[in-house]
Amino acid sequence: MPSAFKKALNSGKFVVTCEVAPAKGTNLENMKHHVELLKDKVDAMNVTDHQSSVMRYPSLGGALTVKELGGEPILQMTCRDRNRLALQADLLFASSRGINNVLCLTGDSVMLGDHKEAKPVFDLESSQLLKTIRRLESGKDLAGNDLDGGVKFCAGAIVTPEAKPIEPQLIKFEKKIEAGAEFIQTQAVYDLENFKKFMEYASQFPVKILAGIILLTSAAMARFMNKNVAGVFVPQNLIDEMASAPKGGALNKGIEIAGRMIRQIKEEKICDGVHIMAIGKEEKVVDIMQAAGL
Amino acid sequence: MIRSITQQKPIEEIEQLLEGTGRVFIIGCGTCVTLTQTGGMAQVEAMKNLLSEKGKVVTGMTVVPVACDNLTADILKEFQGPLKQADAILIMTCAFGVQTIARQLQRFVVPALNTMCIGKETGAGEFNEVCKQCGTCIIGETGGICPVTACHKGLVNGPCGGTNEGKCEIDSNKDCAWTMIYNRLKDLDRIDAMRKYQKPRNHLGEPSPGKFRIPA
Ligand code: SF4
Ligand code: SF4
Repeated sequence: MPSAFKKALNSGKFVVTCEVAPAKGTNLENMKHHVELLKDKVDAMNVTDHQSSVMRYPSLGGALTVKELGGEPILQMTCRDRNRLALQADLLFASSRGINNVLCLTGDSVMLGDHKEAKPVFDLESSQLLKTIRRLESGKDLAGNDLDGGVKFCAGAIVTPEAKPIEPQLIKFEKKIEAGAEFIQTQAVYDLENFKKFMEYASQFPVKILAGIILLTSAAMARFMNKNVAGVFVPQNLIDEMASAPKGGALNKGIEIAGRMIRQIKEEKICDGVHIMAIGKEEKVVDIMQAAGL
Repeated sequence: MIRSITQQKPIEEIEQLLEGTGRVFIIGCGTCVTLTQTGGMAQVEAMKNLLSEKGKVVTGMTVVPVACDNLTADILKEFQGPLKQADAILIMTCAFGVQTIARQLQRFVVPALNTMCIGKETGAGEFNEVCKQCGTCIIGETGGICPVTACHKGLVNGPCGGTNEGKCEIDSNKDCAWTMIYNRLKDLDRIDAMRKYQKPRNHLGEPSPGKFRIPA
C-alpha cells in the first residue's frame, strides 16, 4: 500500500512538508509538541538525521515518535555515519515499523558538526542509497541475498537549484531520478524567477518537486546564508525588506515573505508543493501556512 | 614524483613523547621532508636548538639521504657512539622513515612529524594528495582525476550539495573534485561518463594491511 505521503504526492494537490529536529538528549517533549502542532496541517514531516553533523537523538527514533503520535514521517537518512550494512538494516527496521518515506542524503562533512574528529563513512552516497532502496524492494540486499520479508518505500532526494556551477548538480539530479527518486526537496529558494527557470528544466522528469522554503528571521541571517551556505541566494530586495521591518518585527516579516512565496508557488503552479524549514522555530510553520492561505 | 607529505607535531606532543628522556639523537631525511621543509637540515638544527633550550642533551644529529631506504642502517653506523648515548631517537622523517629506522636499529624512536598523505608537488611549494592507493582504481571513468581522493567524501556519482563555486564545502582553499572532473570530461567531450551510475565502491581491493609478493 502506498504511504499517505505518496498518495498526497500523486493526488495532484499542493503538497506541504516540514521538518522536526530530534533532541540533543532524550527529552523529546519539544519535538513531540511540534509534531502534535503540525501533524494534521502538513502532508508529512521530515525528521532530520544529525543535521549539520551535530549528534542528536536518531532520525529513526524521531520518525517512530512521529508515527506513534499519528503523523506521517519522512525519514531523513544520510550516508555520513553508517556503512551499507547499517543503512540497509535501518531501512528494514523502518519498514517493519511502518516508516515508509525516506529522504536519501549524502550528508554534510563530519567536520562541519560537533564531533569533528569522528570517522566519516560515506560508503554509499545519495544516488546509491536510492538504488539500495529499490534493490531491497526487489527482495534482495546489496550482496544479492534474498530477504525474508520485503520493504516498500516512497523515496526522495534533494537538489540545489542555485548551485554553482549548475551543470554537475543537474547531472547528479538526473542520476538520483534514474536511481529511483520519486520526489525532490530543493535547497532553499528565494528568487522565484530563477526557480521558475530551474522548473522549466526539471518538469520534464517524472518526479515531484517540493520547493525548499527556509524562514528568514533577520536581515543578518539572510546575509549570513548568502555568504556561508552553498547554493543559497537571497536577493537584495528581500534582504532590504527584512531590514525594513520595525524593531522586533523581523520574524513576522520573515513569516510574511515565506507565506507570500508559497502562495505564489501555489497560484502559479510553479512546482508540486513546498518543504518548509523553520529551523528552530517549528511552531511558526502554522503561521507561515496561514500567511500562505493554506 | 610522489612525496610523503608531513607536518611537524605540536612541540607539546613531542615533549610529552620524550618525557623521561634526557639525551636525544635527531635524524632528518634528504628526500621528501627536505622538499616540504619539515625534516631537512634547517629543521633538524632548529629542533636541536629548541630541545637544548628545553634542557635536553642532543648527542648528535644527521640528515640521511633516504630514510626509508634499506641502506639507512649502514649510513647510521657512522653515528654509533652518539646514537648509543641517546635515550631516544627523535626522527624528523615521514612514518616510512621512522618505521624503517625503528626496525633496523631496534631502538626507542619518537616521530616528530605527522605523515599526512602521499602527495605530489603540483606547484612551487604546493603539494596535493592525488591517490589514496585504494586498490580498485576507477579513474578511467572520471577523466583521470581521482574522486576517491580529491573529493572530501570520496563520492563517485557526482557532487554533493555543498559544492560552492568550484570549491569544497569544507575549505574554500580546496577544489571540489566534481567541478574538476566535470570540466575535464567536458574538455574531453566525455560528459556521458559522468552520467553513468557508479555502483558502491569495492573496498576489498587489498584488505589492510596491504601486501604484495612478485609471483614466482
Ligand atoms: S581510484 Fe583513486 S585512490 Fe584508488 S587507486 Fe585510483 S587514483 Fe588511487
Ligand atoms: S564539495 Fe565537492 S569535493 Fe567537497 S565533498 Fe562535496 S562533492 Fe566532494
